[in-house]
Amino acid sequence: MQTDKKIIITEVALRDGSHAIRHQYTVDQVAAVAGALDQAGVPYIEVSHGDGLGGSSLQYGLSKTNEMELIEAAVSAVDQAKIAVLLIPGIGTVRDLNEAAALGAKMARVATHVTEADVAPQHIARAKELGMETVGFLMMSHMASPEKLTEQAKLMEGYGADTVYIVDSAGALLPHETAERIRRLKNELSVNIGFHAHNNLSLAMANTLAAIQEGADRIDGSIRCLGAGAGNTQTEVLVAVLDRMGIQTGVDLYKMMDIAEDLVAPILEKPQEITKGSLVLGYAGVYSSFLLHAQRAAQQFGVDSRDILIELGKQKVVGGQEDMIFDVAADLAKQSANLVTK
Amino acid sequence: MDKIKVAVLGSGNIGTDLMIKLGRSDVLELTTVIGIDPDSDGLRKARALGYETIDNGLDGFLARPELADIIFDATSAKAHIRHAKKLKEAGKQVLDLTPAAVGPLVVPPVNIQEHLDADNINLITCGGQATIPMVHAIDRVQSVTYAEIVATISSDSAGPGTRANIDEFTKTTAGGIEQIGGAEKGKAIIILNPAEPPIMMRDTIHVLVDGSDVKKEDIIQSIKEMEKDVQSYVPGYRVKQDPIFEDNKVTVFIEVEGAGDYLPSFSGNLDIMTAAAVKVAEEWAKHKLNKVVV
Repeated sequence: MQTDKKIIITEVALRDGSHAIRHQYTVDQVAAVAGALDQAGVPYIEVSHGDGLGGSSLQYGLSKTNEMELIEAAVSAVDQAKIAVLLIPGIGTVRDLNEAAALGAKMARVATHVTEADVAPQHIARAKELGMETVGFLMMSHMASPEKLTEQAKLMEGYGADTVYIVDSAGALLPHETAERIRRLKNELSVNIGFHAHNNLSLAMANTLAAIQEGADRIDGSIRCLGAGAGNTQTEVLVAVLDRMGIQTGVDLYKMMDIAEDLVAPILEKPQEITKGSLVLGYAGVYSSFLLHAQRAAQQFGVDSRDILIELGKQKVVGGQEDMIFDVAADLAKQSANLVTK
Repeated sequence: MDKIKVAVLGSGNIGTDLMIKLGRSDVLELTTVIGIDPDSDGLRKARALGYETIDNGLDGFLARPELADIIFDATSAKAHIRHAKKLKEAGKQVLDLTPAAVGPLVVPPVNIQEHLDADNINLITCGGQATIPMVHAIDRVQSVTYAEIVATISSDSAGPGTRANIDEFTKTTAGGIEQIGGAEKGKAIIILNPAEPPIMMRDTIHVLVDGSDVKKEDIIQSIKEMEKDVQSYVPGYRVKQDPIFEDNKVTVFIEVEGAGDYLPSFSGNLDIMTAAAVKVAEEWAKHKLNKVVV
């Protein structure tokens, strides 16, 4: 079956996947993967620290390699693909954006919490001045009502975003919730609409198909599921599924399978699967990059990482608040010590 | 006891909170509130409390300069640059609560003594006021090579100015961490959290100290002393957990509850700015009064 429908895929393993490998990417890994993805016809490849430009920190994890060197390596490794960067205002700055653009990054994805779009205008405006394509990236979209999400998406459109993404950072959305959100944005905005999933509830593909069904134009995937938590929609699988549906991506399936197997699998410390930790992320609605930090805190304080994540979900913690993981773990440890002494 | 006359320039939320705090001071006498909108809540409140009000901005005050010797500027960075020049010519001491940073950066328990005669000082940012004392508390025990702070504030307490210029926050705060906190390199991150009911301001300070032999006990003691120093003017300032030590990394958790004067108590980020401003002005006033006695 062949249709006229086209989906533009952005590969995020070299950014979102940074969380899964504790920001340990090397220039050689990034150059090899970006070059191969380019050969396979992937049109956009995102490269940055997991928390975007400027994310290298004690709070989120220090990058092994300066992300600007990784961006430069990716730019030199590709012919047709465009290199995208993520920028979270409050972490990254216009200065970081200038540097990335000078190295050849062609797309800026400006990410905010789903209710806080109004911290993004200066960065989107600057990206446009630099001649970059722009994306407004609304994270933790499950935490806002479809009405609120639509209002914030319109702000992003108003700031000049060429595409507005619904980002399911916690992998918490269900397919009907994804569909409703995409439908509203397609009805009320005129720019492209994108969707970014996490597979914590094993719903990344189902949500992605629901989004496409409602007219999403751009989809994020991570090859071999190399993303935070249980990873994202698995890119090579998505390419196969869309091909079966007659939807064109321009991406070569066989080449993607080979890259996943030969280049990306060896980068992963262990195969991506839905562990009890990642399942709880989706179940409790917690930012996917908290996973490894919660496991470390659980070990340090002798508590169950699931209890930490559930409590963070209750406290409505947003992306970037990794410090809360240790605060909550310390509180839980005190509580259980009190129980023991009583 | 004699008091020094002060005026508040700007009749928004910050100006109004200052007005209430100044009403309690032993050494400062608030005489005047300066705004540009006679119908603003701040100017109305000022009239009701019996203060002199001026509704044509700084020029109105400069026509009657005898009303105050110390001015709190709670307008905007752009306006402050103009105000700073005129107030300097008029011989006034100015506390800048905007991000303009015309004068030296001041965090009261760290470096106020160096700036008792300054004609203009800047209070950096809320995140800076909350975290720089702790960076300094560690640095005075063991040299800090890197300090990184994460300030999380409720969405309700982040005004449009902060939002439109969020880069300014990270840049100015990082500069303060280095210059005043003493870190060789500083970094700042700000996060807005929209949870309802609104969360209190919280700040996490991660530092790396020089050398592998970390002086744990001395650092804990120094942090406790600094907590008390800040509490003397921000009663809702608390170290939330025991500091975490891991190799040469120290992490300190802070929570700031506001006094709830005019601004709601969750907005500790705004309260710590107004409280720090009043603290600096009180030190200036005591210094002026001492000089007169001598």
